[in-house]
Amino acid sequence: MKTPEELYQQREKRVQDAIALRVPDRVPILVLFAFFPAKYCGMTIQELMYDPEKIFQAEWKTMIDFEPDMDNNPFGIRLLGPLLETLDFKPLKWPGHGVAANHTYQYIEGEYMKAEEYDHFLLDPTDFMIRRFWPRIMGGLSGLQQLPPLHNIISYYLGMPMGFRGFTQPEVKEALETLVKAGEKSLEIAAYSMRFSKEAREAGFPMQYGALCQAPFDTLTDFFRGMKGAMLDLYRRPEKVIQACEKLLPFMIEMALNGTRASGNPRVFIPIHWGLDNFMSREQFNRFFWPTLRDLMVTLIHEGLNPCPLWEGNCTTRLETIKDIPAGKACYAFEATDMVKAKEILGGTVCIRGNVPLSIIATGTPDQVRACCKKLIDTVAQGGGYIMDTSTGLDDAKPENVKALIDFTREYGVY
Amino acid sequence: MGKKRLIDLMADLKEGEVYALVEELINSGTDPLKILDDARSAMEIVGKRFETEEYFIPDLVLAGEILKVISDRVKPFLKTEDDLQKKGKVLIGTVAGDIHDIGKDIVTFMLDVGGFEVLDLGINVPVPVFVEKIKEFQPRVVGLSGFLTLAFDSMKKTVEAIEEAGLRDQIKIMIGGGQMDDEVRKYARADAYGKDAAAAVNLCKQWIGGQAS
Repeated sequence: MKTPEELYQQREKRVQDAIALRVPDRVPILVLFAFFPAKYCGMTIQELMYDPEKIFQAEWKTMIDFEPDMDNNPFGIRLLGPLLETLDFKPLKWPGHGVAANHTYQYIEGEYMKAEEYDHFLLDPTDFMIRRFWPRIMGGLSGLQQLPPLHNIISYYLGMPMGFRGFTQPEVKEALETLVKAGEKSLEIAAYSMRFSKEAREAGFPMQYGALCQAPFDTLTDFFRGMKGAMLDLYRRPEKVIQACEKLLPFMIEMALNGTRASGNPRVFIPIHWGLDNFMSREQFNRFFWPTLRDLMVTLIHEGLNPCPLWEGNCTTRLETIKDIPAGKACYAFEATDMVKAKEILGGTVCIRGNVPLSIIATGTPDQVRACCKKLIDTVAQGGGYIMDTSTGLDDAKPENVKALIDFTREYGVY
Repeated sequence: MGKKRLIDLMADLKEGEVYALVEELINSGTDPLKILDDARSAMEIVGKRFETEEYFIPDLVLAGEILKVISDRVKPFLKTEDDLQKKGKVLIGTVAGDIHDIGKDIVTFMLDVGGFEVLDLGINVPVPVFVEKIKEFQPRVVGLSGFLTLAFDSMKKTVEAIEEAGLRDQIKIMIGGGQMDDEVRKYARADAYGKDAAAAVNLCKQWIGGQAS
């Protein structure tokens, strides 16, 4: 019987071996439980998003019962209800606020930065965000639009004497109070998050990720320009798109580095949204998407970290391009990409992960799941460099199918 | 004069040149209906290029914008709304619980450009609304869109309700979006799964008539 510390070390080594393209003792098993713990523990998603104790219990029970090699800290991305309410956050619908108690939160696309605001963004992204973007997406911060540019308040006679007037406006005061309240919610999330990682470690479970960031193009498209805006920009103002991605790149690097410093965990989760095969041409991908994502990943690798993008959708035609990074440092999870091709092309360079379709996990049988896992192990897990996982995070999964995936791989995936 | 030029320029997505040419054509007294016809021909080429993976979403979005600008510019000159012969009716919507619309909107746009009469019920469409609107609109094809796994059950329930209402035999049902695949198609008992907007257009062509490309 291994001690939790021995289990922790063994699991950490298993995943690190896979990422470093060494052959581990067996195929590592990682799963993003997402909102599956709610259903599994008989709670609503609404309860999970609002009650830190409940989300803790639900994630904990799911982790202990299914025993994947690593778990995912649920706090940074799931305990959002109180914070979203405090801020009156608009681009999301969540249980009790636009979707049913048992439905996952969903993002509302929008042009939250207008085309003519690129120059403001490029001049000073933080100023643009505080005074234009935040007030637009958070009702509780709408007062901030009344502030003057803070970069004009420089020193005792330069900007200072009259520069702070804006802070006396009632709407600004209200926004500042909202920020303090939001800060309290953030503190609570951070405290629970640290507690979860610590207790999971003591129970023998490393965390999958120690930080999160995004490809600059995704950040620009998801949150600022929206799909339609960004797609038109590729034609109407291509240089601005590239400049904006370059402006966002150091922010993404900083976000990842700060996260990994705080967590002591080298793996950086990078969900990929707009670089997929069907979304843009190879030329567009190579020109707009890949350069800053590559810079991001290579910088993280030079810092000793492991970038772990989740390539959503199908990225089969991207494989040759995305192969161009230092070997044995990154892990690419694929949702619907051709895994045999991925192994063929990336095999000597990047560990690959995932691909068991959620459709089977949610609607199929354990036999189907086992057949799917067997096929993956027989083909792409040979010689190491593969991590078993579903195609993306679990929400509506059948518990017996999740169990089948994990138990089968634990036995059949031994090298 | 200018006819082929407009089709080519628009199919090649030369936005600025297209608008300049449209102005030129209007000023020289070209029949606005002809301009619209050319724009539609260009959209067919765009659709084909999308299907053959020469064009992608950004190109489609831009083509849609160009079409919209031309239509708005030309419409005041049209004496009557032209009544283009539509190929057949398609009802489409994102199923209950799911509020994603990007994929659905692209399919709607492609079907519309492809000459189908499309009724788009929007997002988060309750099961009874699908049934009611099928009765009213009498479509030949129903498209169920969804992005999340929660859409699996909504699709299944929607198809079941259509069956219970006795409407199943008169329509074909296609599904698409995010996590959908042929497994979900079986689970929901739909007729087909389409991997993208071009697949949806082809399914409708097969089912309603016309030549699938």
